[in-house]
Amino acid sequence: MTLRPVSAAEIESLAIGAWILGTGGGGSPYLALLNMRKLYRRGVVVSLLDPMDLADDARVAVVSNMGAPLVGQERLTDPRTIALAVRMMEEYRGCRFDAVMSLEIGGGNSLQPFMAAAVLGLPVVDADCMGRAFPEAQMTSFAIHDLTMYPLTLADVRDNAVVVARAASWKWMERLSRKACVEVGSIASTCKAPRTGKEVKECGILYSTSKAIRLGETVQSARRQHRDAVQAVIEAESGQLMFRGKICDVARRTTEGFLRGTAKLDGLDDFRGRSFELAFQNEFAVGWLDGQPRVMTPDLICVLDSVSGDAIGTETLRYGQRVSVIALPAPPVLLTPKGLEHVGPRAFGYDLEFRSVFA
Amino acid sequence: MKRRIGIDVGGTNTDAVYLEDARVVHAVKTPTTRDVTSGVTDALRRLLQAGAPVAVDAAMIGTTHFTNAVVQRRDLTRVAAIRIGLPSGASLEPFVDWPEDLAALVRGEVFMLEGGHEFDGRALVPLDIAGVRAAARRIREAGLTSVGIASVFSPLNASCELEAARIVAEECPGVALTMSHQLGRIGLLERENATLLNAALVGLARTTAQAFTDALAASGIRAPLYLTQNDGTVMLASVAEAFPVYGFASGPTNSMRGAAFLSKLTDALVIDVGGTTTDIGSLRRGFPREANNVIEIGGVRTLFRMPDLLSIGLGGGSLVGRAPLSVGPRSVGYRLVEEGLVFGGEELTATDIAVAAGLIDLGDRRRVASLPAELVSGAVARMHAMIDEAVDRMKTDAGDEPLIAVGGGCFLVPERINGISEVIHVEHQAVANAVGAAIAQVSGEIDRIFQDLSRDEAIARARQLAEAQAASAGADPRTLTTVEVEDLPLAYLPGNSLRVRVRVVGEIA
Repeated sequence: MTLRPVSAAEIESLAIGAWILGTGGGGSPYLALLNMRKLYRRGVVVSLLDPMDLADDARVAVVSNMGAPLVGQERLTDPRTIALAVRMMEEYRGCRFDAVMSLEIGGGNSLQPFMAAAVLGLPVVDADCMGRAFPEAQMTSFAIHDLTMYPLTLADVRDNAVVVARAASWKWMERLSRKACVEVGSIASTCKAPRTGKEVKECGILYSTSKAIRLGETVQSARRQHRDAVQAVIEAESGQLMFRGKICDVARRTTEGFLRGTAKLDGLDDFRGRSFELAFQNEFAVGWLDGQPRVMTPDLICVLDSVSGDAIGTETLRYGQRVSVIALPAPPVLLTPKGLEHVGPRAFGYDLEFRSVFA
Repeated sequence: MKRRIGIDVGGTNTDAVYLEDARVVHAVKTPTTRDVTSGVTDALRRLLQAGAPVAVDAAMIGTTHFTNAVVQRRDLTRVAAIRIGLPSGASLEPFVDWPEDLAALVRGEVFMLEGGHEFDGRALVPLDIAGVRAAARRIREAGLTSVGIASVFSPLNASCELEAARIVAEECPGVALTMSHQLGRIGLLERENATLLNAALVGLARTTAQAFTDALAASGIRAPLYLTQNDGTVMLASVAEAFPVYGFASGPTNSMRGAAFLSKLTDALVIDVGGTTTDIGSLRRGFPREANNVIEIGGVRTLFRMPDLLSIGLGGGSLVGRAPLSVGPRSVGYRLVEEGLVFGGEELTATDIAVAAGLIDLGDRRRVASLPAELVSGAVARMHAMIDEAVDRMKTDAGDEPLIAVGGGCFLVPERINGISEVIHVEHQAVANAVGAAIAQVSGEIDRIFQDLSRDEAIARARQLAEAQAASAGADPRTLTTVEVEDLPLAYLPGNSLRVRVRVVGEIA
């Protein structure tokens, strides 16, 4: 097995890159980053494991913090809670894990496996099962590949714990776990259905952790050289600029623990006189240019600060912000007909035929 | 805008301007004094001597006092932090992301207690009342005089903070209390940081606001007194003294607004060299470019909206060390005119170096004539390098941009800087801060939960209330514009609940 120690500097880059891959959701990695800094200052070093080095029968814990990012800004994340969810799964299944991996590389969940790994002394697999962030459990490459969706363990800081032993479908798993999550305050640490090494190798989105680190390094290097960080990201990741403008209206509503809403933008620079509208369901789902659909999920829709290149989340969108909307290519598995059933525009309630801006 | 007095109290100089119909009529510059009051009194007296009338519509004071106190780690009160929210957030304690030197000065006692709320208004766990009382007694024993209280989701339900504050006030009579819900927004750590900084500054704020009020009264001017805030608007002094953190970065905001007003440029970099610090910002369409991200004050993350600024410890009063060569960040501040070499003192300052190098003629030039030439050229090179590097860090555009140099120490700015097309000097550049203060507007802000109204209706209602508040604070209703609208839906509360925050600004009537 090839284990590569991840440096403190790479953890910083990961936080920046993962926030961009969060496509507006997944929650800011800042608080998880603070926890990681504290752990690293105490001498912890987490190792990254090449997924192709996993034995077929290796046992991998898939972890994520579940809930509304807004709640996470008040109920601050704690490494012990995510480690607890993994321990509960080991107890429930009666066996130990060999490694942990992220459910979603976008946002704060990119660092949850690192937090769990630091407490548990396990390596982190360089992979996830979204390649970005998505709001629901069935929106994963494992679900698209029809892998088993249960069991799931869910831990709350108040000594509440839930095991979802079985679920009839990924949608049912989502409904059952989401209800439990909302009940404990719309934030909970979860360990998803355990995966074998073979399943990760065949159905995971591989090397997404190192991709997020690289993306963060691109932004950091552009800033150091006073280059346009947005342009640097577009060039490094084969992305496309959708719009540059100023946010003129944001509307949000919460339903069943999700943050849904729209943001309207007025054009600046080359887009002066034009308008853009973004719809989000935790993450950005669809973007319309002058009323016409321009970009839609699963293409990654990222909103970046036009000056710093920092990602802006759906929670932190504010009137007056100067932003650039960019599209980044989605992992190929999400673009298959089966993938689009799970994560295409119709899965979010938009009656639109998927067209990739990269097609 | 009719007749206004604008005053800027910097660490080194106190500047005052009199504006009539958007025109600078009189401007004076006096040294800031140890007691602050006499410096402001002196500035006002000289402004009146110059011909300004005592009958003005408003007097606005901006001060870098509070920012400087944090940046220089001075005049800070040691505080007790009470965090209410366990068992959540246990791994990230209060002061967690603070620079260690600042935390060491401000951190008195830290208490983490059970309590707080859920996003839907339910209790997280019951408030640990016995724990609060024990904490309060410990605070009294430790002799701490200021307390910051932050509870999980207090902007939605402040009851834990209010209850804790009641108990602390009971056990520790006379203690200053800052509750995080008074400072606003969702984001526990950043709100708590702002709360703790505020708690560390309330003592300084009280004495400072009183000093300003006394100075105005002593000069015979009977206009309402306002203090400027970081967004370029003003607040009545009596309100502002409880919230010194709102005054953070108001100096730089004023100087940038003043620089835009004086230069008629709307897009440029601005460098403001004061006595103690140099601030560099970027003007976009006449307003400071705001940092989109969380803002750091003296290295502490807060959630205020502020101009995107870089501050370095260089100013006219910066102390220059000889062996090894050093410039700043320590400054003689307002004592420059007593302690600087050219003014007859014994301290070698950046101003003395500038006089020796012939960059400006101030005081007695002969007193620096014997400084070694290599010391003078070395110190000038060091200061120019500091400015060069800071300007480079603030630039976000690879192309050349103009730089407007303002502030009393702007003679330290080199005429040629990498990436700068032209260094622009304007009339009254030394008092740009005071001009920016004088042109400040009045704002009204409403942050309230509305029920059973549509989003549009709720925002319209909030706007009406904010406009009424701004008008009663002295704004001309015809000039009001909405600058911020934010709404946050609240699930699981009775009816269709929506939290709406609307901010309007307008000219003083």
